Amino acid sequence: MTIVIQIIFALIAMLILGSALMMVLAKNVIHSALWLIASFFGVGALYLLLQAEFLAVVQVLVYVGAISILILFAIMLTRAADLAGETGRQWNNRWWLSLAVAGLLFGALIVPTVIGETWNVAPTEVAGAAAGQATGIAGAAELGRGFVYEYLLQFQVIGVLLLVALIGAIVIAYDETARRRRVLTLAEELELKKRQEAREAKEAKQSRKGKGEKPLPAPVPTDTLSKGNEGNEGNEGLVVR
Amino acid sequence: MTDAVPLSWVLGLSGALFCIGLFAALARRNLVGVLMGVELMLNAAIINMVAFWRYLEPRFITGQNFAIFIIAVAAAEAAVGLAMIIAIYRNWQTVKADEVDSLKG
Repeated sequence: MTIVIQIIFALIAMLILGSALMMVLAKNVIHSALWLIASFFGVGALYLLLQAEFLAVVQVLVYVGAISILILFAIMLTRAADLAGETGRQWNNRWWLSLAVAGLLFGALIVPTVIGETWNVAPTEVAGAAAGQATGIAGAAELGRGFVYEYLLQFQVIGVLLLVALIGAIVIAYDETARRRRVLTLAEELELKKRQEAREAKEAKQSRKGKGEKPLPAPVPTDTLSKGNEGNEGNEGLVVR
Repeated sequence: MTDAVPLSWVLGLSGALFCIGLFAALARRNLVGVLMGVELMLNAAIINMVAFWRYLEPRFITGQNFAIFIIAVAAAEAAVGLAMIIAIYRNWQTVKADEVDSLKG
């Protein structure tokens, strides 16, 4: 049983660290985000191995479900310049300094501390489990009780923080020009189309009257509503600045 | 679990994950890549908390409580950070960290 758990731990560790390394090394940002999702999944599996089931579910819901999608959306919204001026470098000029900092932190500080320290590990619950009692590991019930009794104030503060962050994100990402841009309803769009067609017919009649019977190509309709819309061709009629 | 895998293995794993995230946050040019590195570092911190809870104090839930607090803060941080990246992209037409340099003298 021991060796099985060790093998599972080794596989999970390889998944986490391998995906994290691929996330750093990947040239394409989208690939980077996908490797990050794989790493999040590995961390969730590690929580399951550490018998923190509720936290594993939260990890999958919040990290894999929400934050990854947020990151993917941000990449897609900021991708045009990346594609246009592809320089090919994904690291900055002093990346070796960053590598030295991270490597020194790991090699000189974390590993000696982790190995040199004698941790005061609690005794295993073999005796309690053998006697048919509870295993003594706190579960989701204790977690909820902790939120409503011991950490009630912190819980409220986190709620306020989430609200403030939500409002802040909207305020920061809010497009000032969006105030003047309005997405038309279907009725308004039909009305616009009807008006355009009427104008086209009138102009065609006028041109036929002026220059004989030769049918001219329909002139580009310059509606007052679609004025100032040169910036985004392709969705004229839908988006009005 | 606790007698099969020693605590130092889990701590080493989280330390390695933290250092990979630190390197990503410091070295990546893409701002979204920097945020992804920060997320990795936060994940390493949560792994540490869960490991200490499981190995040292399995009867008290405090470690998991604070892990969930960190997850909530990380979600808020990701939302605000990505909103800032989108705002920066709108003004500079770039998301490269070394090209957004209007504060450079």
